Amino acid sequence: MTANTENKGFVYVEGKKVAIENEKNLLEVIRKAQIELPTFCYHSELSVYGACRLCLVDIEGMGIQASCSIAPKDGMKVTVHNSQIREMRKTNIELLLAAGHHNCTTCVKTGMCKLQDIAKKLGIKEVRFKQNTEVKERNTSSHALVRDPEKCVLCGDCIRMCSEVQGIGVIDFVNRGSKTEVLPAFGKNLDDVECINCGQCVRICPTGALTSKSEVSHIWQDIWNPGKKVAVQVAPAVRVALGEMYGLKEGENTTGLIVTALRMLGFDYVYDTSYSADLTIFEEVNEFIGRFEKGEKLPLFTSCCPGWIKHAEHCYPELLENVSSCKSPQQMLASAIKESFVQEGGKREDISVVSVMPCTAKKFEAKRPEFSKDGDFDVSNVLTTMELARMIDEKGIKFLELEPSAFDMPFGFKTGAGIIFGAAGGVTEAVVRFVLGKVAPEADYKPITKVLHESKSLKEMEVDLGGGKKVRIAAVNGLKNAQNLIADIKSGKKQYDFVEIMACPNGCVGGAGQPAITGRENMKQRSEGLYSIDDQVQLHKSQDNHYIAELYKNLVGEVGGKKAHEMFHTHYHSRQRIKLKPEEAKGKTNINVCFGSSCVANGAKKLYQETRQLVKEKGVDAKVHMTPSFCYEKCTRGPVVKINDAIIEKADAKKVAAELDKQVKK
Amino acid sequence: MSVEKLSDVIAILNEYDNNPSKLIPILQKVQHKYNYLPEDAMTFVANSLGIPPAKVFGVATFFSHFSITPKGKHIIKICDGTACHVKKSEGIINAVQNKLGLNAQKHTTDDFNFTLECVSCLGACGIAPVVVIDEEVHPQMTPEKVTALIDEVAKKEAQNAGK
Repeated sequence: MTANTENKGFVYVEGKKVAIENEKNLLEVIRKAQIELPTFCYHSELSVYGACRLCLVDIEGMGIQASCSIAPKDGMKVTVHNSQIREMRKTNIELLLAAGHHNCTTCVKTGMCKLQDIAKKLGIKEVRFKQNTEVKERNTSSHALVRDPEKCVLCGDCIRMCSEVQGIGVIDFVNRGSKTEVLPAFGKNLDDVECINCGQCVRICPTGALTSKSEVSHIWQDIWNPGKKVAVQVAPAVRVALGEMYGLKEGENTTGLIVTALRMLGFDYVYDTSYSADLTIFEEVNEFIGRFEKGEKLPLFTSCCPGWIKHAEHCYPELLENVSSCKSPQQMLASAIKESFVQEGGKREDISVVSVMPCTAKKFEAKRPEFSKDGDFDVSNVLTTMELARMIDEKGIKFLELEPSAFDMPFGFKTGAGIIFGAAGGVTEAVVRFVLGKVAPEADYKPITKVLHESKSLKEMEVDLGGGKKVRIAAVNGLKNAQNLIADIKSGKKQYDFVEIMACPNGCVGGAGQPAITGRENMKQRSEGLYSIDDQVQLHKSQDNHYIAELYKNLVGEVGGKKAHEMFHTHYHSRQRIKLKPEEAKGKTNINVCFGSSCVANGAKKLYQETRQLVKEKGVDAKVHMTPSFCYEKCTRGPVVKINDAIIEKADAKKVAAELDKQVKK
Repeated sequence: MSVEKLSDVIAILNEYDNNPSKLIPILQKVQHKYNYLPEDAMTFVANSLGIPPAKVFGVATFFSHFSITPKGKHIIKICDGTACHVKKSEGIINAVQNKLGLNAQKHTTDDFNFTLECVSCLGACGIAPVVVIDEEVHPQMTPEKVTALIDEVAKKEAQNAGK
């Protein structure tokens, strides 16, 4: 019992006296008594939903109740297992089995599926109900995620994860009763809505209803193609989680084993994404210092997380110019690999780059058209940590018995700064190490910063650069937390110069590509695993990575230079949330009022009504064609109104009236 | 989305102060205006209220009162509750379907003049079988009577179109 817990009485679980501490519900008290009640819809990180009806218990005087939805009270006498409860639980599972088509042998979730596990534990040998014959179609339209409604048990975990933790709410229940389904708005594909591909829904899904989209077959084909070289890069977070698939503890470092396994799988070059994490620091700090000195476009937001980037494109178009133009480490390394291969006389398309990532959004990032040249993508395929384990198992490699080996050079060399990118706040720390390393090269790498606030999801600090210059920094993880932070920045409540945003709770170590067998409480060990690798390596500051100096000397030129921009920087574009196509009428004065999210926030709706009124007052109704439209990408200067070819920024009724007079006369 | 539709939706939203807890009355008004909930209007409502479009779609599909497919100008509700069913409402349903070229999957005529809805219990069991056309309740229906009623509505519709 910790100091801050106070005894609130006792519950008698099967006659055993269990103290009530700070548990929100009876289920948690029962679990404390070493009894693992089965659940689908209960997760301590999400709100209580009470839908799966598996955590049923018999409470004296209250009858059979779902223990997740009951507050523990002193003196409660609870039976967790009797013939009635047993029958009810079995019936529930049998109904779920009869309603869907679970096809365990061909399901990627097999062995990690809660439905399978619970059915086995409850000893279900037959399903007494008629199998539902209707088959709902599997949706594979997204680059990152696969939705299979046949395997859905309607626990709603994915829905609550997406809205409560990630703050988006891309999917929800549709219809009711036996027709209930989990779908994106209007039954659209995930790629056509605001889904950021973070895959937290995949991580929490108890069955195979939501999974990552595997590209394993394509990768084998590339490996077996004699005319092709295949390079593979491994992200930092993978090395402290893959071992979990083989029974190792969370956070255990398996770097050497992974490198050996990748060579055995047939990859020609095995590289480390930590190398390009170091490289990112060179470019991003350069960009930051430039802005910091001029005091413009601050705070600078990091751009390593593809989930955050897509969210910004959908919901914060006005902040896109504050987002670092640096590509993510995955894309930077792919650029460097392809470009070096070409420099050495190879053909760009003769080398393909595969990356092993803890993340499902990286699959989407790799397929962004700006990261390709004549249809040849810089990163051709992305493997998640779990998919790598599948390839290792498919080839029959005995992972734990391998001899560790080292990455190939030059792109396998890294400093500790590149390693800690995988932990929440790691990018920030790497930046601070770099900056302080420039100010005081002799000082210890462990940054001396003034930590103003630290919680699981947010760290705020201040770095003194000397000469009265102080950099205010925030590192936030979990998209909902990031939204709250951005709201504070916008309202002026908080001021920062540099903000790190990682969409997934706990950063990359908590990505959806990581083994799902681990609970969230164990994510910390993975982060600690990365920091202990950092302790073991020789160098800790990105500027000490001499292979990067060499890359600039031989291939790239200057940091932040022209070639660097071509290879390592990108641009973002505002993405539609409402599909409103501007319609134009020939021979008329066309007025388009922008209804992009930021113009709406800046009063587009009021302006739209005012403009309509204006048109009527001026009696030019017949000569004018007025339509709402979407985003002119001038989000910082909204609301925007376009009259014929004239674009009015920061528009108001007066400006619109003046321009209207001019245009109607034409 | 047309100018008129957007203006209508904005007016409805303003009437409820863009208050997200008023989602259901807002959707009711939108549906009243268009006889159904158009996708673009739902998206616009969602964005204006600051709630995910998926949530709005969830609400719209949860309540059978809402329709996400366009409905006809005139709504014919045939009660198929226990009392009406016993009094042979099935024959009435068949008669209307035959008359308007509809079936179990197709509820709205191609000219969008009529939509047929089979409902459970309108609470008028004493005068079963019951048909409600638009807002008007018609008691003790027979296949012949209901066809005559539809002819009447269609005739008025044709006259209005002629004007």
